[in-house]
Amino acid sequence: MTRNHSTAISNRLTLLVATRKGAWLFHGDAQRRAWRVDGPHFLGHIINHLVLDPRDGRTLLASAKTGHLGPTIFRSTDLGQSWQEATQPPAFAPAVNGMEARAVDHTFWLTPGPADEAEVWYAGTSPQGLFRSNDGGNTWAPFSCINDDAQYRKWMGSVQDGTPDGPKLHSIIVDPRDSKHLYFAMSGGGVHESLDGGASFAPLVKGMEVVASFDPAEIAFHDPHCVRLCPSNPDRLYQQNHCGIYRLDRPSDRWIRIGNAMPKAVGDIGFPMVVHPRDDNTAWVFPMDGTKVWPRTSPDGRPSVYGTADGGASWQRLDNGLPQSQAWWTVKRQAMTADRQDAVGLYFGTTSGELWASRDAGRQWECIARHLPEIYAVEAVELA
Amino acid sequence: MKVLIPSALDSYTGQSQVEAVGATLADVLADLDRHYPGIRFRMIDEQEQIRRHIRIFFDGEQIRDLTLPLCASGELIIAQALSGG
Repeated sequence: MTRNHSTAISNRLTLLVATRKGAWLFHGDAQRRAWRVDGPHFLGHIINHLVLDPRDGRTLLASAKTGHLGPTIFRSTDLGQSWQEATQPPAFAPAVNGMEARAVDHTFWLTPGPADEAEVWYAGTSPQGLFRSNDGGNTWAPFSCINDDAQYRKWMGSVQDGTPDGPKLHSIIVDPRDSKHLYFAMSGGGVHESLDGGASFAPLVKGMEVVASFDPAEIAFHDPHCVRLCPSNPDRLYQQNHCGIYRLDRPSDRWIRIGNAMPKAVGDIGFPMVVHPRDDNTAWVFPMDGTKVWPRTSPDGRPSVYGTADGGASWQRLDNGLPQSQAWWTVKRQAMTADRQDAVGLYFGTTSGELWASRDAGRQWECIARHLPEIYAVEAVELA
Repeated sequence: MKVLIPSALDSYTGQSQVEAVGATLADVLADLDRHYPGIRFRMIDEQEQIRRHIRIFFDGEQIRDLTLPLCASGELIIAQALSGG
């Protein structure tokens, strides 16, 4: 592996790695065996998400902040050789209707718009907010009514109700068949759907469980960790939740807990959810220990991906090449992904700064980078 | 007035000391943002609050009020709080 800041254009696979202390690009060779590292970019910045625009295969957006400085978005049109800051990053409107004023702490999630809306991007923030850019990520504005809707603010709860480093709006999904059909999820605050281009949203939580003794009818108690739509079947969604793994087949509005088929000793708690690019029965998760005090480590110190090839009816442990004991890291919700190669590659980054890859859908793993900062997000992309 | 810029923000200014004008802290920050676009939002949030880990001193006194009148002959220091490191 060589360290290089060059930005030679390649149509090969590149991994975009966002970490607590900067971002890295790992350019793969044709066999996905050797990886050339380009970075760090934004050394010392907290990068929650680094995303390629699939519509041009060249534009990158990075959500950034530092320990001291406020949140912003950087944009590159030359694959990271140079970066321009957004002139108007996501920011909440002034307080209205007597509700508490909020300030964006960080942009957590970035989603490119659909193919027929070339300059559109969506962003989810902490605390929970939904934003949209119509100019390729240069200027951002609050999107939809939810940011300052009294009911949604109640469902969002307070900072104390969210995840340890702040409540988050994430998993912004645009139906590839209909750009007015949108989903997003909140930790906490449930899964939500719009059929009218974001003019209105409604909860989509039937079948989802909440922590024991709480009422699942209360949207605020729902904590989806990651929701993914199957590219090969946009009517099928998978979800990794604080309380299990689920599948939803539209037009049904009821999630089915497919995590019940996971081994009881491992459980079905985790952060990431990954779907196959061409097979809607195949998906992968990365379980973590969600028992007792919620260690959020690999169960029993033995990390493993679990995969299903039958829509969640059964799961297979996929840990060849991974540590077999005393490995206490885990994988955050944006830090595991799949590529689109014929033999699907899987990739994940760990809380301990290791980057792992599999060229055969998880059957064999190898570590391709160590000693990075805590990894927040990994995206596998094909550059133009 | 003289404004001392912390290292975390010198990617905007290119130097650790700049000149800015304004009758209040808000005016001075607006002037800085005119010359160095984006720098203000990294320090001041959308609800007009100084960010949690940013400290601002004028002639040695910490200030928190954006409407505070400032004297043109004074020195403004923008600092990173240790808590944010």
